[in-house]
Amino acid sequence: MAIAREAEPVGSLTEVKEFGLDREDLLGIYRHLLTTRGIEERGHILYKQGKIPGSFYTGRGNEAAAVGVATAMGPDDVGTPLHRDMGVHIVRGVEPWRIFAQYMGRADGPTKGKDGNVHMADDRLGLIAMVSHLPAMLPVAVGCALAFRIREEKRVAVGWFGEGASARGDTHEAMNMAAVRRLPVVFVCDNNQWAYSTPTHLEYACEHVADRAKAYGFEGVVVDGTDVLAVHREAKRAIEKAREGGGPTLVECLTLRMEGHAVHDDAFYVPKEMFEEWAKRDPLESYRSWLRENADFTDEEEDEIRAEVKKLLNDAIKRADESPLPEVSTLLDGVFATPEDLDTPHHK
Amino acid sequence: MAEKTYLQAISDGLRQEMRRDKRVYVIGEDVGVYGGAFKVTHGFQEEFGPWRVIDAPLSETAIVGSCTGAAIMGMRPVAEMQFADFVSCAWDHLVTVAAKQRYRAGTAVPIVVRCPSGGGFSGGPFHSQNPESSFAHIPGLKVVCPATPEDAKGLLVTAIEDPNPVLYFEHKHLYRRIKADVPEDRYATPFGEARIHREGDDVTVVTWGAMVYTAAEAADKVESEGISTEIVDLRTIVPWDRKAVLASVEKTSKVIVLHEDTHTGGFGAEIAATIAEEAFEHLDAPVKRITAPDSPVPFSPPLEKAFIPQVEDVVAGLQEVAGY
Repeated sequence: MAIAREAEPVGSLTEVKEFGLDREDLLGIYRHLLTTRGIEERGHILYKQGKIPGSFYTGRGNEAAAVGVATAMGPDDVGTPLHRDMGVHIVRGVEPWRIFAQYMGRADGPTKGKDGNVHMADDRLGLIAMVSHLPAMLPVAVGCALAFRIREEKRVAVGWFGEGASARGDTHEAMNMAAVRRLPVVFVCDNNQWAYSTPTHLEYACEHVADRAKAYGFEGVVVDGTDVLAVHREAKRAIEKAREGGGPTLVECLTLRMEGHAVHDDAFYVPKEMFEEWAKRDPLESYRSWLRENADFTDEEEDEIRAEVKKLLNDAIKRADESPLPEVSTLLDGVFATPEDLDTPHHK
Repeated sequence: MAEKTYLQAISDGLRQEMRRDKRVYVIGEDVGVYGGAFKVTHGFQEEFGPWRVIDAPLSETAIVGSCTGAAIMGMRPVAEMQFADFVSCAWDHLVTVAAKQRYRAGTAVPIVVRCPSGGGFSGGPFHSQNPESSFAHIPGLKVVCPATPEDAKGLLVTAIEDPNPVLYFEHKHLYRRIKADVPEDRYATPFGEARIHREGDDVTVVTWGAMVYTAAEAADKVESEGISTEIVDLRTIVPWDRKAVLASVEKTSKVIVLHEDTHTGGFGAEIAATIAEEAFEHLDAPVKRITAPDSPVPFSPPLEKAFIPQVEDVVAGLQEVAGY
């Protein structure tokens, strides 16, 4: 028996307008979804061409969850997105060419070749770069919220984690501290049902991860993570509640990881029927149908957006490929920060 | 100048920084209403309020992890571990996130983690440790171990100013036992500059923290035997002052590295190796290490006394090295 609230799907255009999205926003969301998937599909090809060192991870199946939450954030809000949340970087305005440069270990990637794949963020866009240890970034998100609370700023932090990471102590410490101090933070669980090869019933024994929220003293909600508008609505509610002093919310976005953990993993352990069932709920396709049925989305509009995204990605890959590999002389740069590193808009 | 205990000096330094910079706040277990387990933040909550002197739940990961987030948002957090031993619960965060964020993502993390460390009062295995070498091994972290009240204040000021995560090890055995004149005004003691605690010609003792005083007592005792001891107080472990150590070794030609931490992989090993690499031709005796043995810190007084290097151990070491 679920304890968390189970969110309803989004209905009509009228409802969408009620939570603040106009038609242009709706088309923008479609563009973000296409860009997100496009970057990861192109990345996969680059990987197979041998242009990406190390491994390669995608968030296929999680695009709507990432874009839905990110579009609900305010410009001064901050977040700690993870490796299935490329859409957050796209919505916040990271230029795709820099993401490809990051994938390829080039000097113009956000980490200048010091770290790989989605281990990146532009802190000037309100994002903090993730680490491999999950959910190590949740206490960091709580700290951002604490800073906002100390300074009495109406800003909100969003911290992401997966259902696998829900089993680690950091999750508990972060949620409990945020709860006792009623901090403006929203916890987003990307529940894609598989932590590498481990299914949910071996990660937690309650029905939903979000059921735990009540025990911490705040609201939990489970939403269909393939429904970008439902995710947006629930994230928006949670973010605005936090902004007004209502404390944390745990929003659990239920999806299926549509590929292996990383490129080397064929996900043989996921039942075929599960993939087939969730393939029918592809987040991009579902949203496209919704737009056609509810928002008079035309072929011309769709063609235009697709062409625009295609050009963006083509140009991005070209530009990234022109970026040099990092100079070996930069190996030790930045092990320690210098006072100049504090000369940023957010550190002041 | 007024005479202050080591503890008062830390408290004064912290209060002074909080008064001049609104970005500085304190978070830890029992730091607010109670004023800290050792009373370093006594009276702070009355002065600065509950949102700058924050009583945290028993959650070292969230305490230190939240400091990172707040620091990136422009604050200057000072976390208190109730005992240095409990920083193990925040080790993952410090090593995984805080230490690497500047290098890989370009984001500075200006946080201070105060760690009351050291033994000598039957604290047992979990309230007595000196874990500085574990952190010294992690690129991206700075490690500070003041020995005097003046340094305790000045190094804390520098730690708060520094744009990096700083582990500040304050030795509990010095808290109320050591008193000295401390300037009232604000001053910052630079990292990476050792202090000559005592000048001498025959043997150099390189040490830090409470062992500075153990070395000084031993030096007094062997002086009548004609052994002149120079004591180099490193003050900071990362960065450490190689130049000062090598200069003293060149002068005396004989050296003891002394620390309260355990032997294997202790920071003394790094110092000894550096001396072997860079001052070999100046040495007239093998480098000697005097450290705690490789065991957990025992509880019962005779066992703990046998564990922590004592004055007589250093006296014996000085006699051995001087007579080599």
